[in-house]
Amino acid sequence: MSMTQQAGPAVGTPPAPGPREKDGRTTRRPLALRLLGRPEVGVFLGAVAVLVFFLIAAPTLRQGSSMATVLYQSSTIGIMALPVALLMIGGEFDLSAGVAVITSALTASMLSFQLTVNVWTGVLVALLLSLAIGWFNGWMVVRTGLPSFLVTLGTFLILQGVNLAVTKLVTGNVATDDISDMDGFDQARKVFASSFDVGGVQVKITVVWWLVFAALATWVLLRTKYGNWIFAVGGNKDSARAVGVPVTFTKITLFMTVGFGAWFIGMHNLFSFNTVQSGEGVGQELIYIAAAVIGGCLLTGGAGSAIGPVFGAFMFGMVNQGIVFAGWNPDWFKAFLGVMLLGAVLINLWVQRTATRR
Amino acid sequence: MTNDDTHGAILADDSVPGSADGALVELRGAGKSYGNIRALHGVDLTVHPGRVTCVLGDNGAGKSTLIKIVSGLHQHTEGEFLVDGEPVRFSTPREALDRGIATVYQDLATVPLMPVWRNFFLGSEMTKGPWPVRRLDIARMKRTADEELRNMGIVLDDLDQPIGTLSGGQRQSVAIARAVYFGARVLILDEPTAALGVKQSGVVLKYIAAARDRGLGVIFITHNPHHAYMVGDHFSVLRLGTLELSAARSDVSLEELTNHMAGGAELAALKHELAQVRGVDTEGLPEEADLTAPTATPSAPKATTAAPTATGSEGTA
Repeated sequence: MSMTQQAGPAVGTPPAPGPREKDGRTTRRPLALRLLGRPEVGVFLGAVAVLVFFLIAAPTLRQGSSMATVLYQSSTIGIMALPVALLMIGGEFDLSAGVAVITSALTASMLSFQLTVNVWTGVLVALLLSLAIGWFNGWMVVRTGLPSFLVTLGTFLILQGVNLAVTKLVTGNVATDDISDMDGFDQARKVFASSFDVGGVQVKITVVWWLVFAALATWVLLRTKYGNWIFAVGGNKDSARAVGVPVTFTKITLFMTVGFGAWFIGMHNLFSFNTVQSGEGVGQELIYIAAAVIGGCLLTGGAGSAIGPVFGAFMFGMVNQGIVFAGWNPDWFKAFLGVMLLGAVLINLWVQRTATRR
Repeated sequence: MTNDDTHGAILADDSVPGSADGALVELRGAGKSYGNIRALHGVDLTVHPGRVTCVLGDNGAGKSTLIKIVSGLHQHTEGEFLVDGEPVRFSTPREALDRGIATVYQDLATVPLMPVWRNFFLGSEMTKGPWPVRRLDIARMKRTADEELRNMGIVLDDLDQPIGTLSGGQRQSVAIARAVYFGARVLILDEPTAALGVKQSGVVLKYIAAARDRGLGVIFITHNPHHAYMVGDHFSVLRLGTLELSAARSDVSLEELTNHMAGGAELAALKHELAQVRGVDTEGLPEEADLTAPTATPSAPKATTAAPTATGSEGTA
């Protein structure tokens, strides 16, 4: 055996670079280009474009009261789009979100009416039920490892059937009884469905809640441990688990957050219309998911924001109301949504490819 | 098994708590059976602080089983597993982590779309403030991540870039730096250079040496004897679940190591057998020395080791 190879000890110490040293292989792109690369900025520009378009097309929209209607419409989608977006960043879906809203409203309404108790009792029980549904969805997904698409499709069908059947069974009707004369109704209405005056324009309180929840979600997502975990479980579940992130806890609580959102919108529906139609809510879950995707959340998880879905929901509300104010056939609404969704998905795809390019 | 030759790294490990000879992790006749399949049998392995223990072996030799026992994913079914001289039996990777045994997996290290600094602290985030408003201490995390990476000789322009934009070697290095920072005393590296190019492998080897110089015990799993020989202090070669070679750096040359890795001993036996069989022209077969001759550069070791290994396994079948 020849000893041509160096048999000495391995030379180990890596060069200790000075604190100012740069590796010089990355150049910073111009600020404008970097901003455009952010999905939230893309959807913001999209929202502005839609706004400008309808302001020109529908002159009546320029009034304050019309804008308040647009914002109200956006808020009812937006409040649900937020938890749906967080869940999507965490790598999961919830197809039951739409009917879960109605389940929550039905529960609060029928419980209060049938037992003749203060509506707050019904509200509280509905909250517990909504959180339980969320927990069930999450638990099934993490325990079985099945795609959340399948699990929540099951929950969606179950809830849809239960909503109709139980309502028929209890009230003998497809809608619940009017609860507007019950104890605590006015109080609850103040919280979930009141309006307030801003310079002569009536603004719904849901708009405020929407913005408060959006701010809270943004803070949680970007500034807390839990937010870090959301990105991690959506981005790479196995890596996250390997470094000690509680994946099961994070996923289940995300589903429960969707349950909370469903409860909130359910209560809003109940206290603004006094009764609940048991067959509603079907199809809404796709609107929430679409708002989140338009808002720049990655369908496969791991990327997104809370502010993006705010603009996504605004675009929905804008198009929805804009078509009405412009005097067009409202049937065009869904076609518009489809175009917006496809556009957003293409932008997302491009952003992801740019971000992971070597 | 215990070799006290102080070549390679400086041993400043007298203060480290452990067994009489200062071993952080020790396997004594350890083995693992899955049902009636014996994946690992009678393996001795010692990890000392400030030393790199290389575990080499072909595919299916039992390397993965060995790491899984030490990192807490599986439990051994025979022999002893000691940490700091006391017998242990881990049921989760978390328990191993709590004893300071960190594993850096080849593909399980990072979340690609998250920024470098978030990846660095993932699962052990720094926070500030009381509970309802407890929040990430972003400034401190970025500063610490930057310092730690620089201490390991890793310089990145922008810690906010998604870690997926880094090269494979850089990502591996960040994972190593992270394990070192979070108090790992034993670092298990599962084929860290397997998917990397020449330069990137060099980068990772440099950080292995840096981790060693910080006093960590390193278990370096690889099937590349050239990479192993550059940083290793002790070499254990596994073959078919048992220890074929266990030698200190001073007792083995790269040629011998390559020979063992490539199945050179088996090849020689095979050639001898073939010589007994009429009609086989053994003159045309390569000599053992040719089979195991060191390659000019460590850059193309795969080609030289892979081919004879394949022949060797055919011979044993």
